[in-house]
Amino acid sequence: MTIASDAPKDGFRLGKLIYDTRYRSITIQVVFLLLFIAFIVWLSLNTLHNLEVKGKDFSFGFLGVRSGYDINQMLVEYSNDSTHGRALLVGLLNTLFVAALACVLATVIGVAAGVLRLSKNWLVSRMIGVYVETFRNVPVVLWIVLVFAIMAVSMPEPKAFKGENATAHMLFNDSVAITNRGMFLPEPLFSRSLGNIDVGIFLISIDLLAILAVLAASVMAYRWNERRVTAIQNATGVRPITWWQTASVLILPVVALLIATGFHLGYPELKGFNFIGGMQARNSMIALWLALSIYHATYIAEAVRAGIMAISRGQTEASLALGLGAGQTTRLVVLPQAMRIIIPPLISQYLSITKNSSLAIAVGYMDLRSTLGGITMNQTGRELECMVLLMGIYLAISLIISIVMNLYNNSIKLKER
Amino acid sequence: MAPSSHQYVRTAMLPQQKPPSAQSGVVLWVRENLLSSWLNTILTLLAIYVAYFVISFVGPWFSRAVWNASSLNECRSVITTAYGDGKTGACFAVIHERWAQILFGFYPPELYWRPTLTLGLMLVALAPVLFQSVPRQVLWFSLCFPAIAFWLLWGGTVWLPVAIMLGFVVGYVAWRVLAASNGLLALIVGAIAPIAYWLYAAGPLSQALHSIAPLGIRAIQSHEFGGFLLSAVIGISGIVFSLPLGILLALGRQSDMVLVKTICVGFIEGLRGVPLITLLFTASLLLNYFLPPGTDFDIILRVIIMVTLFAAAYMAEVIRGGLAALPRGQFEAADALGLDYWQAQRLIVMPQALKVSIPGIVGNFIGLFKDTTLVSFIGLQDPMQLVSSIRANTEWNGVYWEPFLFTGFLFFIFCFSMSRYSMYLENKLKTDHR
Repeated sequence: MTIASDAPKDGFRLGKLIYDTRYRSITIQVVFLLLFIAFIVWLSLNTLHNLEVKGKDFSFGFLGVRSGYDINQMLVEYSNDSTHGRALLVGLLNTLFVAALACVLATVIGVAAGVLRLSKNWLVSRMIGVYVETFRNVPVVLWIVLVFAIMAVSMPEPKAFKGENATAHMLFNDSVAITNRGMFLPEPLFSRSLGNIDVGIFLISIDLLAILAVLAASVMAYRWNERRVTAIQNATGVRPITWWQTASVLILPVVALLIATGFHLGYPELKGFNFIGGMQARNSMIALWLALSIYHATYIAEAVRAGIMAISRGQTEASLALGLGAGQTTRLVVLPQAMRIIIPPLISQYLSITKNSSLAIAVGYMDLRSTLGGITMNQTGRELECMVLLMGIYLAISLIISIVMNLYNNSIKLKER
Repeated sequence: MAPSSHQYVRTAMLPQQKPPSAQSGVVLWVRENLLSSWLNTILTLLAIYVAYFVISFVGPWFSRAVWNASSLNECRSVITTAYGDGKTGACFAVIHERWAQILFGFYPPELYWRPTLTLGLMLVALAPVLFQSVPRQVLWFSLCFPAIAFWLLWGGTVWLPVAIMLGFVVGYVAWRVLAASNGLLALIVGAIAPIAYWLYAAGPLSQALHSIAPLGIRAIQSHEFGGFLLSAVIGISGIVFSLPLGILLALGRQSDMVLVKTICVGFIEGLRGVPLITLLFTASLLLNYFLPPGTDFDIILRVIIMVTLFAAAYMAEVIRGGLAALPRGQFEAADALGLDYWQAQRLIVMPQALKVSIPGIVGNFIGLFKDTTLVSFIGLQDPMQLVSSIRANTEWNGVYWEPFLFTGFLFFIFCFSMSRYSMYLENKLKTDHR
């Protein structure tokens, strides 16, 4: 006797590929893959054919050729005798530099604005509301161009600082000058410098490495001390007074190192019609940095506000009932929980800032797009290679940022059993 | 009645008194909202100072605005004669003179009625999508609207959009005829027939029809498009086409089929990882490499394709969030009812998932509309580019803030109203009982 639910034992028929749910998904996938491969092959054949017609080949050899153009802002050694590959590196570092600066400033402004928008102070919360709505509803390119225009038009010329009756004055005890050619800042100098190490592609200042190493050691010592103090507090119920230990551990070693290496500031000085010495932050960089920060800070502010509002009222009330003050409630109860909600949108804002830094094109900041995707591409005529490289690098940056930030997010998110 | 030991007994109630002035009305409000603590007081003073600073800086400049002048110098002389030497004021005359250019670019002025009419028709076409109370028959007009808009904006022969729209009819007829006998075959033929028709038959057909009955209006070249017209054309096409593509990508990413999922994930992450501007450069420089030699199609069309792909990747992530928010039971209930995959998506999953993702979708729309300003970097005349060219003009050389303010103000109006509409929609569609 056969059981009715036995599968029919007839052989394989072609129709089963479509009507049998066991095979259907495989059929669909194979067809999809074939279509996809056909599409890729079609694109590649077209590309090869078009390259042949134009008499071009596909090679990245141009990266080793002399570039022949200057870059006005660089973090590593570069001259017009350097290669296109070197120009790419300079551009990449400029992109990362302005993106990192903008991420920091945007986070500071954004968190402040997000918290203040929830303030009980009617006037402050309304004004922050106006700020957020105004800035996020207007394209960021417009803000970049506007900040650049403010810097270039409204700031005094360097010669206005000159003479007895100067119309403009330097700030902070003659150390900072804001002009229409950019901002002139004091630069850190070491009179007994430890020199540089050559890591192959660029030089790294040993002074900087030493300072970072000492800072790291100080922080570790501070943490160890905190653990010790907490242990004492747990054992005896009295927390020893540690502010002088903290101060000496964190500040003294760095100060000692700075004195040992002869640290001093090189101030910008007016010579002729321009400032000499110090560091110059160009208008293009400042405009890009400020505009990206102010624009993306509105999104961060909204994320922070949403995160804080998502914490249930009971948490605040319970904390107040325990006798914590308003500041302690925010710092110890609300923010740690809100952070878990705020971090993911914050990551996507950091990604947006990095990608939007390519809008440097609006003000002529020499970022990756302006060097590799701009002058190099125009000089060598290798659009295909440059664009492939450009997109690949941006993609790699985005993936690295999202991986790192996701690791961080995983480490702080609620551990559920 | 025995004499009372009490000295005084009140026999009538006193009239109710007003609360102390510090405990009610404006004073209380100010105390609670502005001066409740030291920190709050400092914040209030700071806010008042900032507001005063901004108003004292911008206010006089606005109040001395000049609306009628033919050049910046004339503006300045008007302000000087009216308010004295050294005073500055806004010169909105530049907007008064050039607003049409900022709105329409180099579109022929005598044909401004065409974009305006398109905008009006678009509102009609949008009405049944946005508001439930509009009769459903209007949806047919909405479906035809892309062809009408294309014809009105670019002009040329009327038969080209008609021939292109006929492709959908061809596909529908093929599907309808075969659907009774074999469902799958009908789908395949229904998809291939219109594509083959567009590739091989649509062009000759429209030419033939045009030679028989030459109906048409003046053709406009793409480089004549500009200003907010260009932004709107790119933004709205990107929005309309990216939504269905984004839904498909999101479903592909959620799919159990490994291959489909991998390709969708690669597509989404690849496009989200690069700046839009590199895609625009690809559209303007590289697209010719990937296509058969001799293909050279319109730059606006190329930009729309790239913007659509870019927006679709973002849209897919938003919709995936909506899909993830649906409880598992909804999918299982659809299966239990015997619905097939597409029925379940159409009737059960998508209505709920899309509702959840409305804020994200509208946020994407707003972002896309703002991003249309990037097309100025590949040489299209978007509002930003027009502002630069107005400033390069000898009459208006030196005007900085006014055209920027005007452009920014228009963008603000569009984007702000879109976000307010999304909030309205969210409230209207909210069915949970919170």
